[in-house]
This record gives sequence, C-alpha cells and structure tokens, in this order.
Amino acid sequence: MRHGVARFVTGFLALPVGLYLCYVVWPFLQAAGYSLTDWGGYSDRQQFVGLENYLRLFSDELIRKAFWHNVFFLVTVPLFTIALALFLAFLLNVGGREDKAGIRGVFGSSLYKVIFFFPQVLSLVVIAVMWQQIYRADGQGLINGVLMKIGLVNPEDPITFVYDPEPFLGVPAVLWWLLLIAVWSGAGFYMVLFSAAMQSIPKEIYEAALLDGAGRFHTFFRLTLPLLRDTVSVAWVYLGFIALDMFALVYIMTPSQGGPNHASEIFASVINFNAFQKGQFGYACAIAVALAIFTILLAALQLRITRRERIEY
Amino acid sequence: MSTVTHTPGGPAGADQAPPSDRTPGRRAAAGGSRAGAKFFNGFSHLFLAVWAIMVVYPLLWVVMSALKTDAEVIRNPLSLFPETLQWGNFARAWTEGQIGSFFLNTVLVLTGSVFLTMLLGSMAAYVLARYDFPGNRLIYYMFLSGLTLPIYLAAVPLFKGVYNMGVTLPFLGPNSHLMLILVYVAWSLAFTVFFMHSFFRTLPTAIAEAALVDGASHSRLFFSVMLPMAKPGLISIGIFNVLGQWNQWYLPTLLMQSVAGEPKNQVISQGLIELSVNQGYRSDWSGLFAGVTMAMLPVLIVYIVFQRQVQSGLTAGVSK
Repeated sequence: MRHGVARFVTGFLALPVGLYLCYVVWPFLQAAGYSLTDWGGYSDRQQFVGLENYLRLFSDELIRKAFWHNVFFLVTVPLFTIALALFLAFLLNVGGREDKAGIRGVFGSSLYKVIFFFPQVLSLVVIAVMWQQIYRADGQGLINGVLMKIGLVNPEDPITFVYDPEPFLGVPAVLWWLLLIAVWSGAGFYMVLFSAAMQSIPKEIYEAALLDGAGRFHTFFRLTLPLLRDTVSVAWVYLGFIALDMFALVYIMTPSQGGPNHASEIFASVINFNAFQKGQFGYACAIAVALAIFTILLAALQLRITRRERIEY
Repeated sequence: MSTVTHTPGGPAGADQAPPSDRTPGRRAAAGGSRAGAKFFNGFSHLFLAVWAIMVVYPLLWVVMSALKTDAEVIRNPLSLFPETLQWGNFARAWTEGQIGSFFLNTVLVLTGSVFLTMLLGSMAAYVLARYDFPGNRLIYYMFLSGLTLPIYLAAVPLFKGVYNMGVTLPFLGPNSHLMLILVYVAWSLAFTVFFMHSFFRTLPTAIAEAALVDGASHSRLFFSVMLPMAKPGLISIGIFNVLGQWNQWYLPTLLMQSVAGEPKNQVISQGLIELSVNQGYRSDWSGLFAGVTMAMLPVLIVYIVFQRQVQSGLTAGVSK
C-alpha cells in the first residue's frame, strides 16, 4: 500500500516538476550564475568577474533612472487605480435611490460593471497598439484630433505624448501618459473586485448604521472603507506587480523601447537593452537579479505592512 | 443631517426625547437629504456614463476605423461612421498582414498549452495538497517562488537554453509550437498549482476515503472523483489561463523569432506588434485597425457571453 502511494505521488509530480525545473527554475539559477561573468551572449567566451557587474550597477546612470521610474509607477499606478476604482465602486453601489430597504446601487450597475471590465480581457499588446493610435502626434490621433476640433490644441503644435521627454512635476511626460493607460485599463477590474467585496458585507451592518442616522457618505467612509481594508491591500500588492511590469507599454509605444532619450527606461527595458542591443548578457543578468531582490523585498515589505487581523463576518 | 441636531431639546437631550418628538425630526432629515440624494444619484450616473464612454469609445473607434478607407482614416479620423464599409481591410490584414496564420498558431498553441497546464497543474496541486511525503513543502514553495520572481530575470538564460536545445532537438528549439506550449505550461504552473492547491484542500476527505475503501486506485480517485468535484476551481483557473496565455507577448517575442526562410509560427500578440511596425511604414492604417479589431473582438465576445464566469474567475484569482 505505502509503495503504491509513493509510485502514484512520483508519477503525478514527475512531469509538472520536470517542466518547471527545466523552463523556470534552471533559467533563474543560470541567471544568478551568469551575473557573475562578463558573458556577451553570442560567443562562448565567459570569464568569472565576481561582483564587478553588481558594483557597476551603482554607477550606471541608466539604472538610476530606471529605478526612479519604477518607483514612480510603483507609487502612482496603485494609488490612482485604487482611488478611481473605489470611487467608481462607491458610485455604483451607493449612488442609487434611497428607500425603505436602504440605499441602493445605481440603476444599470450590472451593465456598467460589464463595460468597465472590458480592458481587463484585452491583451496589453492590443491596448498598447490601440493607444498608439489614440496618442498619435497629429490630427489623426483620437485625442489630438478631438482637441484640435474644439480648438484647445493648435494644429501646428500638437501634444506629442510618448515622444515628450520634458519633465512634468519632475517626471518625464511620457511616463504620465503611460500611467494614464495603466489606470484606464486597470480601474474596471479593481472596481469589480471592490464591488464584490462591498456586497459581501452583511446588510445588517448597513441597516444598523442607517438606524443610527448615518448618511451614505458617513457609511462609506466610516464603515465600508475600513471593512474593505483587506481587499484594498491585496489590490495594492497586485498593482505593485503590475507597476513593475509596465514593459509591454514601454516596449511597444515608446521610441527605441525606452526613449525618447531614455526618458522612459524601466528595469525591464534596461535589461532588454543591455542583453539584446549592447550584447552584455552577464551585466543584464546582474540587473535582473537586482530587480528580483528588489521585488522580493518589496513583496515582503507589503505583506508586513498590510498584515492585520482579518475581520470575519 | 443638520436638521437632526436642531431638534428641540438639543443634542444632549435628543436621546431622552420621546419618540413622538423624534419622528418629525427624522422625517425632516430624510426630506432634506432627498434633494441631495437625487443630485447625488444624477452625479453618479453622469460620472459612470463618462467613464463608460471613455472605455467604449476608443474600442468603438478602432473597430469603426477598421472599416474605413485609408484616405478616410486620414481625412476624417474621428468619425465613427465610415462612408462605405470596407470589409476588404479585414481580408488584407488576414492574408497580407498574416493575422490569419498568427490566429491559427495561437489557437494551436493554446489548445495544447491550456489543456496541459490544467492537467499537470491540478495533478501537482492535488498531490501536494492531499498527500504527505518528504519534500512536499519544498516542492510547493518552489512553485510558489515562481510567483514573485520577475520573468525578465529568466529571459536571457531561457533564450539561450531554448536556442541550445534547438541545435540537437529542432522541435524544441526556437520558433517551434511544441517548445512554446511547454514554456507556457511551465510558466503557468506556478499560479495554477497555487490556486488549485488551496482548492483541493477545501474538498471533504470523507468521499476520498470512501472511494479508496471501495477499491479505487489513487489515480482513479483523482480522475473520477476529485477532479469533477474541483470543477468550479478548474473553470476559474481555466479562464485565467486562457486569457493569460492568449495575451502573453513577452515569451513569444523572446522565443518565436523566425530566421529568414523559416515558416512564421508567431502568435497573435507578437504578430500585432509586427503589424503595427510594418503597417506604420506602409501607412496602411485601416489594415492595422482591422488587425487590432480581429485580435480584440473574439476575446471581447467570449467575455460578454461568459461575463459572470470571467469576472468571478479573474477576481477569485486575486482574492485567493
């Protein structure tokens, strides 16, 4: 009997674990190994250089830029997306009429939910190519076209969007335009998530609040929001990962995949640039390891901050 | 609200006020906020409608632009109503832009990869969740660690590894369907195992024991009892994997570059990137819009049909 179990367990695990080791774990380990060499990627010549690549990281101007751009996205993407998603969920669930049964959701809320969720099912590539056309720097683009028509933008001097490296509030304009796309595509999903969480809060709590004379704003800020804490912090963690992964937008939309003039470089684009354009695989691996350490530290930090007692209904 | 505090007796006495005194006060409060409620209701509708337009309008604009002539795209870019519907754009993107073959490749790869992901993922998750053996935790954490590590870390060695593999085994080398299927499966396993693991843990043990007593083998127990019981979880993670792999662009861009002379085995997202570069050079805007439309509509239609399952499937993925 025991023997049969062992055979069964090994049989079931062999393939998945084998595949995983081959295509996920082994490359990760190799990356750590390569990061200690000066391997160029196209030849077989590689020399052990110790921590030289890592020391080089600290003096690399591009890395410093990429780091701050990542931090920018890390702060702004979750912040704006969650704020907008919460606001939309608030309107959706509390914006309706008030009657004896309490405050209702807005009429047609399920239709809104269906529509807001659209961007979530589209691939980042579709979104990027689509926004490329929306962001065109001439009258053919959707935004420039509309603004020119109503006379807000001079046809001689259109908005250049992702070609604009000029800083706005200290951050290159191109990053703000990419941020807008991220928020546009993410808000609907998190709204649905928050909506579901709001609806799982028992009705009695609301009825009690209503009896105590709390208005809808009070109810939302004093009751709903604190009860949503768990969901919001989970959303924050996930959006953090998405923010680190803005590479699709940078890769497809910005000139020379991180431009103009390196104004939109992020970690991933710097890795790509060093590995496949400059042919410095070893160094690229060192950046990747640094990024991984950064990610893990961040995840640990977030878990630490957001961990709190769960509220059971 | 303010009317409540002005009820006779003042705030301090409000609690002791007899019900008959209180009722008019509450009535007034409700009456006072009714106008506010109406305004707020209107505002909600306005804001929600504006956001809905901001989501739908760009999508509609892309679809409608796909039905214009190139001249019309340039002359009249904003209009949503083409003069005559140019279905030919779709045919051009399908054949010349090769969206057709990219589509076929994607369907081919996904059929294999989603099936294998689900099968291998739930097998591994099941064993890890319900059997105790040395190394169980180690393997589980190994899968879990794949969730936090960024894919870019593995990019360079993965590329090199696949390239080297292709020298001896061409069907596992770059630009091969089978290789992409295996890579997709491997990279989807982490989340699938994580998700299904927590699902299998919640299933009752009594039924499993009964089946074993009745003489079912362990694998029989899995396939005919546990797997059917895990159906809701399988649907969620299945939707997640279909969407995730359909939308995957980084792995194919890295691994499916075809050298001149080789057949083009690219998948749709990758093809779309190529199309956006090529049609840009050729100023074939309507063809580009048609390509984007064709990549976008199937997913949107599937979503609209199965919206409840998709929404709950994807949100369950986050809240686990």
